[in-house]
Amino acid sequence: MKTKSLEGSRRSTKIVTYAALIIGSVIMIFPFLWMILTSLKTQTESIQVPPTIFPKELIFSNFTDAINSLPFVNMYVNTILMIVFRVIFAVVFSSMAGYAFAKLNFKGKNILFGIVLMQMMLPSQIFIIPQYQMVAKLGMANSIAALVFPGIVSAFGTFFLRQAYLGIPNEIAEAAYLDGCNQWQAFYKVMAPLTTSSVAALTVFTAVFAYSDLMWPLVVNSDLNMMTLSSGLATLRGQFSTNFPVLMAGSLLAMLPMVILYLFFQKQFIEGIAMTGGK
Amino acid sequence: MNKKMSKAASSEQRWGWFMVAPTIIGLLVLNVWPFIQTIWASFCEHLGFGHYRFIGLDNYINMFQNADFWKATGNTLLFVVLTVPVGIFLSLLVAVMLNAKVKFKGGFRTIFFLPMVCAPAAVTMVWRWIFNADYGVLNQIFGTHVKWITDPNVALISCAVVAIWSAIGYDAVLLLSGLQNISKSYYEAASIDGAGKIKQFFSITLPMVSPTLFVTMIMRLMASLKVYDLIYMMVEETNPALTNVQSLIYLFYRESFVAGSRGSGSAIAVWTVLLIGIATVFQFWGQKKWVNYEV
Repeated sequence: MKTKSLEGSRRSTKIVTYAALIIGSVIMIFPFLWMILTSLKTQTESIQVPPTIFPKELIFSNFTDAINSLPFVNMYVNTILMIVFRVIFAVVFSSMAGYAFAKLNFKGKNILFGIVLMQMMLPSQIFIIPQYQMVAKLGMANSIAALVFPGIVSAFGTFFLRQAYLGIPNEIAEAAYLDGCNQWQAFYKVMAPLTTSSVAALTVFTAVFAYSDLMWPLVVNSDLNMMTLSSGLATLRGQFSTNFPVLMAGSLLAMLPMVILYLFFQKQFIEGIAMTGGK
Repeated sequence: MNKKMSKAASSEQRWGWFMVAPTIIGLLVLNVWPFIQTIWASFCEHLGFGHYRFIGLDNYINMFQNADFWKATGNTLLFVVLTVPVGIFLSLLVAVMLNAKVKFKGGFRTIFFLPMVCAPAAVTMVWRWIFNADYGVLNQIFGTHVKWITDPNVALISCAVVAIWSAIGYDAVLLLSGLQNISKSYYEAASIDGAGKIKQFFSITLPMVSPTLFVTMIMRLMASLKVYDLIYMMVEETNPALTNVQSLIYLFYRESFVAGSRGSGSAIAVWTVLLIGIATVFQFWGQKKWVNYEV
C-alpha cells in the first residue's frame, strides 16, 4: 500500500516536471516562431484583427525588402571579420599570458596580474569614451580595425586560460625541458595543445559576446556599410518602425548564422559558456 | 650550479615578460589609461575634438541635481530588483528539473539556452512586436490594450520580462553544472531517512549548490546594473516612457555619444562603477550568511 502511494507521488512529480518544462519551452520558443510566421506575412495581414497564426500565403518579399534597405552582405562580412580577429587575438595573446602567469616566475607577476583582474572587475563602458577617442585620432573610425580594437587583448581570456594551465601538472613541462625544449617550445608544443577544450570555450564565449555587442559598433562605425548585424538592426528599427514583417525578416537574417552554428555545435556552445561562466 | 640556476631563472623571467607583454601592453593602452582618462574627464568639460577643460566638481554637482539622473539610477536599481530574484529563482527551477531523470534533457536545454546565441538587438525586435499595443499578439490574446512599451509605468516591467527570458537558459546551465556535482549518495541517505523531495531540496540541494548560486547571482547582478542594449532596443529615444525606463548606461550613452557631453557622460560612468562596486561588496558581505563552502 505504502509503495503504491510512493509510486503514485513519484509519477505525479514526473508529470508536473514535464508539464513545467514543456510550458517553459513553449514560452522560450514562441517569440522565435512568431518571428518566422510574421516574416512570411504581408504587412496588412500582420496587423489584421484578430491575427492569423499561419500566413494565408507565404510572402518572401519582406526578406528582399530588408536586404534592399540594409547592406546585409557587408554586415555579415563585418561581423564575421570582427569575430574572427577578436577570437584569434584573444586566443593567441591570452594563451601566452595565461601560460606565463600560471607556470613561469618573473618579477612583477602579481602586480601585472592585478591589472588583468582590474580590467575584469570594471564594466567596459568606463573605457569606451577614451577608446573611441583613440580610434578617432588614429583615423580608424568606420573600419574593421575599429570593430576589433577593444578586443585585441582579453583580460577574461587571460584569467580563464591561466586557470586551464594551472590545472596541468608542472611535471609535463619539466619533462619537455629534459627533452631539450626551451620555454617557448614547452609552451607551444607541449602545454598549449593540452588546453584545447578551454580554448574552444574561450572561442565560443568571445564570438557570442562580440556578435551581441551593440554599443561599441554603434559608436565607432556610423557608416551603414561598416555596421555589424547588431548595429545594423538598430538602424533598421528606425527605418521600418511599423512594418513588422520586414523587421522580423531582418532580425531573422541577422540571427540565422549564429543559430545554425549553435544547432550544429550545441554541446560546444553550452559547455563552453558553462565553463566560462562567472563572467 | 648556483650560477646555472640563476641563468635558468633569468631566462624564465625574460620568457615570462615576453609572453605577458602583448596582453599587458594592450591592457595598459586600452583599459588602464582610458580608465584614468575617464576619471579625469569626469572633472572636465568637453570642448570638442577630444579637448577637455578642468571644471572641478561641476559635472557631479549638475548630475546630482538632475532629475533624469536620479530617475535612471532608480530605474537601474528597480530593473535589478525585477530581474535578479525572479530570474535566479526560475533558472534554479529549470536547472533542478533538468537535473532530474527526464527524457529529451538535451532538447530542453538547447531550447532554454537559445536566446543566449541570439543578439539582443534581434530578439528585442520580436518582443517589440509581441508587446505592440495596437497589433501585438499579447494584447490580442488577452483582449487588453496595455501599452507595454510606451506606458511609463509598464515599460520597465516589459523590459525585465525580456531580460529574464533571455538569461534563464544561461543561468540554468551554470546552476545545472553546480547541481551535477552533488553526490547522489546524499539523496539516497535522505530518502532512507524518509525525507521528502521538498525537504531534500532545502536541506541538500540548496546548501550544496549555494556557491554556484552565489556566482550566478553576482554575475546576473552585475549584468543587470550595466543593462543597456536590451532597453536601448526596446525603448527608442522618442518613446514617451524613455525617462522612466532608461538605465544608467543608456543615459551614459545618450549623454556621451548623442549629446556629446563626454565630461558629464564620464561622471555617469564613474557613478555606475561605484554602484557596481558597492553592490558587489554587499553581496560578498552577505554571502557569509547563506553560502556554504564546507563541501
